[in-house]
Amino acid sequence: MVDMDYLNAIILLLNYIFVPGLTYGSQLALGAIFVTLIYGILRFANFATGDMMSFGTMFTILFTWYFQSIGISLGVLPTALLAIPFAVIFMVGYMLLVDKFVFKYYRINKSPPVQLAMVSIGVMFVTQAVVRIIIGPSDRRFFDGEKFLIRAGEFKEITGLNEGLAIKSTQVITIFVTLILVSTLFWFLNKTKTGKSMRAYSDNEDLALLSGIDPKKIVMITWIIAGILATIGGALYGLDKSFKPFTYFNNMLPIFAAAIVGGIGNPFGAFLGGYVIAFSEILLTYAYKKFFMYVLPESMEPDGLIQLLSTDYKFAVSFSILVIVLLYRPSGIFKGKVL
Amino acid sequence: MRKNLNVIVAYSIMMGLIILVGIFQSWNIALSIFNLCLISAVMTMGANIQWGYAGLINFGIMGYTALGGLAAVLISVNPVQEAWNAGGLNILSSLFLIIGMVLAVKYVLNKYEKSKVRTYIIATIIISGIIIIRFVSEPGIEAIEEVNPAKTGFLGGFGLPIIFSWVVGALFAGGLAFVIGKVALGLRADYLAIATLLISEIVIAIIKHEDWLTRGVKNVIGLKRPAPYEVNLQQTDWFINLVQKFNSGKLNLISDITERQAALNQYVIEGSSVFVKLCYSGLFLFVVIILLILTQKALYSPWGRMMRAIRDNEEAANAMGKNVVKQHLLIFVLGSAIVGIAGAMLVTQDGLFTPGSYRPMRYTFLIWVMVIVGGSGNNFGAILGGFVVWFLWIEAAPIGMYLVNLTTSGLDDTHSLKVHLIESVPYFRFLMMGLGLLLIMRYRPKGIIPEKIEIK
Repeated sequence: MVDMDYLNAIILLLNYIFVPGLTYGSQLALGAIFVTLIYGILRFANFATGDMMSFGTMFTILFTWYFQSIGISLGVLPTALLAIPFAVIFMVGYMLLVDKFVFKYYRINKSPPVQLAMVSIGVMFVTQAVVRIIIGPSDRRFFDGEKFLIRAGEFKEITGLNEGLAIKSTQVITIFVTLILVSTLFWFLNKTKTGKSMRAYSDNEDLALLSGIDPKKIVMITWIIAGILATIGGALYGLDKSFKPFTYFNNMLPIFAAAIVGGIGNPFGAFLGGYVIAFSEILLTYAYKKFFMYVLPESMEPDGLIQLLSTDYKFAVSFSILVIVLLYRPSGIFKGKVL
Repeated sequence: MRKNLNVIVAYSIMMGLIILVGIFQSWNIALSIFNLCLISAVMTMGANIQWGYAGLINFGIMGYTALGGLAAVLISVNPVQEAWNAGGLNILSSLFLIIGMVLAVKYVLNKYEKSKVRTYIIATIIISGIIIIRFVSEPGIEAIEEVNPAKTGFLGGFGLPIIFSWVVGALFAGGLAFVIGKVALGLRADYLAIATLLISEIVIAIIKHEDWLTRGVKNVIGLKRPAPYEVNLQQTDWFINLVQKFNSGKLNLISDITERQAALNQYVIEGSSVFVKLCYSGLFLFVVIILLILTQKALYSPWGRMMRAIRDNEEAANAMGKNVVKQHLLIFVLGSAIVGIAGAMLVTQDGLFTPGSYRPMRYTFLIWVMVIVGGSGNNFGAILGGFVVWFLWIEAAPIGMYLVNLTTSGLDDTHSLKVHLIESVPYFRFLMMGLGLLLIMRYRPKGIIPEKIEIK
């Protein structure tokens, strides 16, 4: 019976902490790599991050609706997966357009990063307006296909445990797509010539220019990668939860936290930073009462919820971590600026 | 006179626009725009001191505004005696525990050399402190929130006139800025921006969810006013006489006595709300002018010169023996305190405190647009920025509506595109703000009224 209790406790943690944490962490990680790439290569903090992600997601939704209306679907998989590549094209187009008309001027004039950050606030306002004008500010769900991979009830029946493990298909898709995307990105940055020149440009711009690297090409490829990351990151978040422009704007904050915690400018750090933020948010706001009920003998069962912080402070947790990291290790857990 | 011509022209155009709104829409709307313009102007002055004088980026304006609002609640609301009886002791002892914890940490910091052991000791003090405080405060908080939750459910305030909160709001905001400044001012510019943005979100989270202090998202309504109430005004003789005198021309045209009385009543009702708004305008204008005089004096004082020197070349100023860290902290606190005043003014005017309404777009980024558009480093520019941007923010909807109607005039009224565009008119304000900011930054990077340094 005791063994059963431990198994139940483990399943409980898997169900409420591990799987959601891994999913949310992946979504943050994609956004954080986007932030870090822009910071490392274009050298400014992009405050339009959240809204650019919502822009890409908006196109994913529009294409999903279009495919649904003409009867195309992926069966058990969500139609949105089919829509993402088309949305990426629009997203990259928008980013290149914004770069050409807005950011390029300041880059060529070698403006200080603060000025570029301020300009990105202008882009944030415009993008937010465009998204709200096209698709509206309300909550939208665009998930279709099979919802669960394992249902809690089925799991209980099969294993005979008290605790159920529910795995949503969106969670698996999120983790799977993130892993493929991130490993491709790291392969690209580390093994290909273009990727290496991007890292060289990030590390030392003047030296990279001297050795004949074309800055225009670097900037363009950065925006293309950024567009892919923003669209997929946003679409995965929207599939798993729901799409609402205001939420996406707010998500910018934990994404920034993840990027800085991981050491801004360092994609691998940003990738891990996403999980650090996600897991600390969930671990600190989870009520452990049930867990201790399984693990401890009956006489020692806790009275309270055993919750370190109320879930209202979910965001506050990640920001506090960020502040602590900034104070003690301003360059992040993994040293920054080594793309 | 001539060198200030652009300032005078810009301000005259702005006043003209507000007067046009008064004539074509209504004086009520014009005055509410004017009042919020004044509050925005106070906020921009705060941000301008930090950014324009010292080059510090503070994206935490929302947090200081909310703290100013909190001050208005804590000062003006009557204390809830029952709640104090129920859980006041727990709250007070938690407060002492917090103070004790801070002192303990300070003691350890001063007493011991920097080492790993010291960091662990401090971490232990803080973590155990938080756990103890939670144990002490929890029953108190629960008891307080159970006292008549529909109406109170919080400790209330001190029951003082709300106008005092303008000073207290400044103190609250300044205090928070002192803590943040101590912690974060050493960071690089863009890190500072992100850190202050995130800290202000933490402040809002606390205000939203600590119901025993602020009622949280249940809002506090019906705050006391420094101005008379419309209902009372409508029954006062001198006010009715005043309205009668003011509108005597129009009233004399109506011959029928009952009709004339009805018209007078209408004028009194309209006049009362205009009068109340005018009272607020007077108060706000007073604050703006005082702050303007002080900030102008500061800008052209030796201290202002030093701040500009630090802004333009930190290392050189440091080498000249100026204490950059101390001055940065000082100006960070001063600017934030001014924003705190604005926050208290805002709640005073609205008469209600709604923690859910504090959002970074409205209270941080919009204020920054005002500073940049108006002209950073120049107080007249910053105030003008507050006026122009707030005016456009409010009038964007009518302008957007006009544009939509103009561009879709060929379409049928029920055409789905036209219906959709008319529904999204409220979001044109974001578009206008964004484009405005981008255009100003590109073609007039110093703002409408640029900074002018006069050597006196």
